[in-house]
Amino acid sequence: MKWGLVAAITALTAFLVGIAWVQSGGIAQHAMFSAGNPEEAVQALMSEIQARDYPRAYSALDPSSDIDLETFTQDVAGSDSSLRTYSSLQTADISPLHATADEAVVRVRMTWSSAVGSIDDVRDLHVRREGSVWRVVWPKPAVQNVPPQVVSVNYLRWEVIGRNRSQAWGSQDVDSPKVRITSMNAIARPDRVVIVGEVENEDTVPAYLNVNATLLKADGSPLEEEGSFDMISHVLLPKQVSPYRIDFPGIQIAAVKSVRMDARALLVPASADPVIAVSDQQIVKDGLNRNVLKGELVNQSGRPVNIAQVLAAYYDNSGKVIWVSDGYVDQALMPQVAVPFAVDIPDDIAAKLKNYRVIVNHYSRTSS
Amino acid sequence: MAHRHRNFHRSLNRVAQLAAMLWVVMGMAMADDLHVPASVEAGQAFSIPTEGSGQATFYVIGPDHVIKRGVNLGSEIQIQAADVTAAGMYQVLVCSQACSSARFEVKAAQPAKLSFFLHPSRVPVSTPDSIDATTLVFDRYWNLVLAPAAVDFHITPATGAGTSRKLESHNGIAWMRMDSTAHEGPVQVTAALGSAQEPRVIQQVAAEACGLRMKAVPSGKSVVLETDPVRDCSGNPLPDGTVVSFTKVDEAGKSTVDTPIKKGVARTQFDLKGPAHISVACGVVLGNEVAVNGKL
Repeated sequence: MKWGLVAAITALTAFLVGIAWVQSGGIAQHAMFSAGNPEEAVQALMSEIQARDYPRAYSALDPSSDIDLETFTQDVAGSDSSLRTYSSLQTADISPLHATADEAVVRVRMTWSSAVGSIDDVRDLHVRREGSVWRVVWPKPAVQNVPPQVVSVNYLRWEVIGRNRSQAWGSQDVDSPKVRITSMNAIARPDRVVIVGEVENEDTVPAYLNVNATLLKADGSPLEEEGSFDMISHVLLPKQVSPYRIDFPGIQIAAVKSVRMDARALLVPASADPVIAVSDQQIVKDGLNRNVLKGELVNQSGRPVNIAQVLAAYYDNSGKVIWVSDGYVDQALMPQVAVPFAVDIPDDIAAKLKNYRVIVNHYSRTSS
Repeated sequence: MAHRHRNFHRSLNRVAQLAAMLWVVMGMAMADDLHVPASVEAGQAFSIPTEGSGQATFYVIGPDHVIKRGVNLGSEIQIQAADVTAAGMYQVLVCSQACSSARFEVKAAQPAKLSFFLHPSRVPVSTPDSIDATTLVFDRYWNLVLAPAAVDFHITPATGAGTSRKLESHNGIAWMRMDSTAHEGPVQVTAALGSAQEPRVIQQVAAEACGLRMKAVPSGKSVVLETDPVRDCSGNPLPDGTVVSFTKVDEAGKSTVDTPIKKGVARTQFDLKGPAHISVACGVVLGNEVAVNGKL
């Protein structure tokens, strides 16, 4: 009887300890520190990143990783109010690329969910075996250090003084900017109709712009109406040209007789800075064998740009816009630092395109 | 606010009920007509003679108000200037045993005020028929003056001599259309009628870039690009902030910079990797192209 009670208390204690171990992530930790193959090691690391437990993820890295915890955390979780800081890892697809007895290369496609949609980050990770355990070697991110300096910026800024509401009827006001849709092309895609084109601010003041399209049936009645949403640079400086794209999911082009376009512009305060250069643009195949337009963004001003969006227009031989695609950059654009970007291009468009043009939308946490 | 709204509606209802009642009374008990002028000028006092004796009730039903007061028959009823400020048709009624009525028209007084619309507020230089100037003529009570009135338009550019045009209003409106001049800058347009003057300013701005040219200056492994002062075909400088696009194609691929004009010129810098071909554009206007051999 006496020994039975002791055994029962011991078993209960062991059970409770077990529950606590499981709840504190013991299984994941065990998996991470006892990964029996490269894929398990990467999978365990992704689980910790997904749980935002960066110290634990860092502790499971191979010691040969030339990276400290802070840099690792910034690389994975983002910094400087970049888009990554507002994102969470949704899924991680793992596929082995190459393996020997002691080393392997594993491709991981991390899909991050963010306020602007999902963003893919594809990385080829080296994994090393140490004893019976595989560990990921996390590469040190190539961070460009810009020497301390003073960047001279002649701020060009437009402010708007509107009409005083107390003034009499007929008193003067400032007009909205004059904008013009310079091209429009309706494209049939397998599951939708897409309207692409370009719009120019012809005025000498900045414009906040929205482009809407209405698909019309043969009898002239509206079939569907949509706006360009974020597939446009909404703020256009004088003489600036932006591509736009308007999607009509579920519509077949055979049902469309004509398209009515509507560009609405508002006069808004704006700044001409920052200037963002788009350098070394090339169309290449990425690691997943997709056609991408890749290049680098360089913020030429002296203030960080927190979130950048790349908009690319593609032209055929005749100079007609045949596609517009976009991509968000999940790193902040620090002054004078080149940040890579890549934008998807559908295969059929890549086969036809002759030329392309890239512009950059930017959002900064502090108003400029 | 809601309380005031309710009171306003209640007052309107009362006016409508009163007017309806008066029309019924008029139909039932119309007696001798009153003698009133066929038309008077807004804000002009006048009197209406009455016959008989005793007390009566006098009503004025105007386009925007109704007045009721007691009068003595046999004396003249004074219509104050403030009672007839709104132009339109008026009805007057005097009721004792029976009712007498008359109708008269109040016409707008002499032109005294202007509403002036000048459109647009910005216009590219040298554009025909691009400026609309429209004036509405009112009297001092803001009644539209339908009688013809001469309106002077004085056009004063920032530089050079000004011009004037005299136009006669039709049905209260005088308007004209004019070309923008070849020089940028503010243009003041003043509509004047007697002592009433309404000035407006329109901004003439540079048109599209013309003869856009850049030059390339080697700087180590990069090239500094700078446009000549960017001007339109009339020689007006494009305003600072106008975007100029530089494009470079070399071994590294294509590079683009959209940079605003500052102090009249646009400037940027590209790193070079091999021979490069550089072009410049401003909006839909293309500039010159520069070939750089990459061995600066």
